[in-house]
Amino acid sequence: MSANSQDIKPTAKAPDAPESDGGRFAVPPWLRRAAGVSELWTFVILVALVAFFTIAAPGKFFTTYDITQIAVNASIYLVLGVGMTFVIITAGIDLSIGSVLVLAAVSAGEYNVHHGGPTAGWGTVVVCVVIALAVGTGWGALQGAVVATGKVPPLIVTLGGLGAALGIAELATGGQDPAGAAATHLQNSLGFGKLLGIPWMVILAAVVTALFGAVLGATRFGSHTLAIGSNPTAVRRAGIPVGRHLIKVYGLMGLLAGLGAVMWLASYGTTSIAGHSTDNLKVITAVVLGGTSLFGGRGSVLGTVIGVFIPAVLTTGLIVIGVQQYWQDVAVGVVLVVAVYIDQMRRKTRERA
Amino acid sequence: MASAREPLLAAHGVVKRFGHVQALSGADFTAHAGEVVALIGDNGAGKSTLVNVLSGVLTPDEGEVRLDGVPIRFTGPMDAQRHGVETVYQDLSLAPDLDAAANLYLGRELVRGGFLGRLGVLDRPTMRREAVAAFGELGVELKDVTAPVTTLSGGQRQSVAVARAVAFANKVIFMDEPTAALGVVQRARVLETVRRVADRGICVVLISHNMPEVLSVADRVEVLRLGRRVASFTAADTTIEELVGAMTGSLDEPAHNGNHAPVGTTEAEDGR
Ligand SMILES: Nc1ncnc2c1ncn2[C@@H]1O[C@H](COP(=O)(O)OP(=O)(O)OP(=O)(O)O)[C@@H](O)[C@H]1O
Ligand SMILES: [Mg+2]
Repeated sequence: MSANSQDIKPTAKAPDAPESDGGRFAVPPWLRRAAGVSELWTFVILVALVAFFTIAAPGKFFTTYDITQIAVNASIYLVLGVGMTFVIITAGIDLSIGSVLVLAAVSAGEYNVHHGGPTAGWGTVVVCVVIALAVGTGWGALQGAVVATGKVPPLIVTLGGLGAALGIAELATGGQDPAGAAATHLQNSLGFGKLLGIPWMVILAAVVTALFGAVLGATRFGSHTLAIGSNPTAVRRAGIPVGRHLIKVYGLMGLLAGLGAVMWLASYGTTSIAGHSTDNLKVITAVVLGGTSLFGGRGSVLGTVIGVFIPAVLTTGLIVIGVQQYWQDVAVGVVLVVAVYIDQMRRKTRERA
Repeated sequence: MASAREPLLAAHGVVKRFGHVQALSGADFTAHAGEVVALIGDNGAGKSTLVNVLSGVLTPDEGEVRLDGVPIRFTGPMDAQRHGVETVYQDLSLAPDLDAAANLYLGRELVRGGFLGRLGVLDRPTMRREAVAAFGELGVELKDVTAPVTTLSGGQRQSVAVARAVAFANKVIFMDEPTAALGVVQRARVLETVRRVADRGICVVLISHNMPEVLSVADRVEVLRLGRRVASFTAADTTIEELVGAMTGSLDEPAHNGNHAPVGTTEAEDGR
C-alpha cells in the first residue's frame, strides 16, 4: 500500500557501504534490501506477538471481536500517526496533537451544543466536522509557520502549542466537557456504524492511511518531505520552498488531529478534555517503533501502521491471557528505546562512510 | 582559443564586503564556452566568494557580471540555474537518504502525465532511466540507482552531484574543490568527467588547491589574491612555480598580467 522503494533502507552493515566502486559482495540486492527494511523487523515482532497470544489463549485472542476492537481502538492513533510520520520525517516533532484534538473537539462540540445537541440534524454534523478539521489545520499550520522561521525548534513550538491549545479549550468550556457535544447521527454513523461488518472508524483510518502512504511514497510532496529531513540545505539550494513545505506538513498533522477529534466525538460522544495528555507520546512511540527516524529523512506510513498495532495487540493480548495490562507500558517503553538505539547506530555507521 | 570570441561569462570590478571585511576588491573574471578554467588563490583570497557572486548565491556590492555579453544580476541560485548556470557545492548538497535518481531530479522532479501528474505523482521509471543514462554519459557506473546515496562511495556521491549539474547546465558549471575529499582513482574520474563536460561546449570553473591537478585538467588558470585577479595563464604554457608565485605575490612583477597572460584571454576590456 504505502511501501515503496523510497522506504527501503540498507542495513548498517550493507556490504558495499564505505569502500571504493570496485569490490562488492555478491549478495543479491533484493536480499540486502529486505533485511534492511526496518518495517520488516517491526512486522516480525507484531506477527510474533499475535502468534504468541493466539497460542497462549487459544480461541480467545484471535477472534473477530478482538480484532475489530483492536482496530477500532487503534484507528484514531493511526490517523494521528500518519500525520506524525510526515512531521518526524522532516526531522520535526509535534507534541501538541492531543491538545489540538481537544481544541478541535471542543470547537465542534460547542457548535453542536448550540445547534441541536444530541438530536442535531445532518447539517449541524457537517458543520461540526468542517469546524474540527479547520481548527486543527489552522492550528497546525500556525505552528508550522513558526517552525519554518527556523528560530524556534519544533519541540518548543509544539510544546507551547500543547499548552496554549489546551488552555483555550479549557477557557471556552470552563474546563468541563460540554454535554451534548456529539450528535446522535454522528455517533450512530461513524461511531458505531459498519459496512459489510467493518466499522466505519476502521474504514476511515484505512483510507487515510492508504492515501497518505501513497502521498509519501509516490508523490513530489512526499519526496520533498523526505529530502527536507535528509538535508534541508540541499533542498533549499534546489529551489524548493522549505518553509512553505513545513507549513503544509504541520498543517496536515493538524488536519488529521481535527479528523481524530471527529472520530473521538463519534465514538465516545464527549470531548474528554482531560483525556488526551499522553496522545503525543503514544503516537510518537508508534511512529518511531515503525522505523521512522527521529533524525529525519527516513520513514514510512506502513511502518507506522505496524507501530500502532504493537501496543494495541499487547494491551488486548495481556488482558486476554490475564496478565496486568500495565506490563504493556513497560514492554513498549523498552522496545522504543531499543528501536531508537538501533536507528542511532545505523546513522553512525552510515555517516562514517 | 579564438581571441575575438565574446566570453561566455565575465565579471568586471566585482566588490563584495562582509561588514568591514572586503572579500572581493574589484575582481575580474573571464571564461569561455567549452573551456575548463581553474580559479586558484591562497586561503581567503576570495575564490568561494567570487563563485558565489557568479552563481547567484551572493549579490555583488559593486561591479558587473555578464553572461553571453549581457549584463545580468541573478536573484538567487535558482535564477542562475534557469540561465543554465549550475553549481557543485563543496559539501555536494545531496539528500543522503534519497536515491541517486531522486537526487538528480531534486526540485525538478518528473511527474506522470495527466491527472496523476497534476496530483504530483512521480514518474519514477523515467527518472531512473534518465538517471542511468546521465551517469552512463559521465562514465559512472552505479550498480543500483534506487539505493540511497548515503550507501555510495565518496566518488560515486561526487558523481551524482556532478551529474546533477551536468544534466541541467547548458552554460556554466562551478565546482568548489570537487576532488578535495577523493582518493586517487576517484579524483582521476572526476577530472575526466570535467574534461568531458567541457568538450560538450559547457564552461567548467574549477576551484582547486592542487596545482598538478589544475595544470593537468584546466585550459586556463585565473589567480586571485586579496580579492583581485592578479594573473591569468594558459595552462599549457605555465608551471607550478609560476602559479604559486602569482598566488603568493612573490613573482608579482612578471606574473601580474604580464608576459604570461595569453592574448586570447586577457583582452583589452580587462582594463588593467
Ligand atoms: N559570509 C562571510 N562573512 C564574513 N566574512 C566572509 C564571509 N565569506 C567570506 N568571508 C571572508 O572573505 C574572505 C574571502 O573568503 P573566501 O571564502 O571567498 O576565500 P577562499 O578563497 O574561498 O578561501 P579558501 O581557499 O580557504 O576556501 C575571507 O577573509 C573570509 O573570511
Ligand atoms: Mg573557499
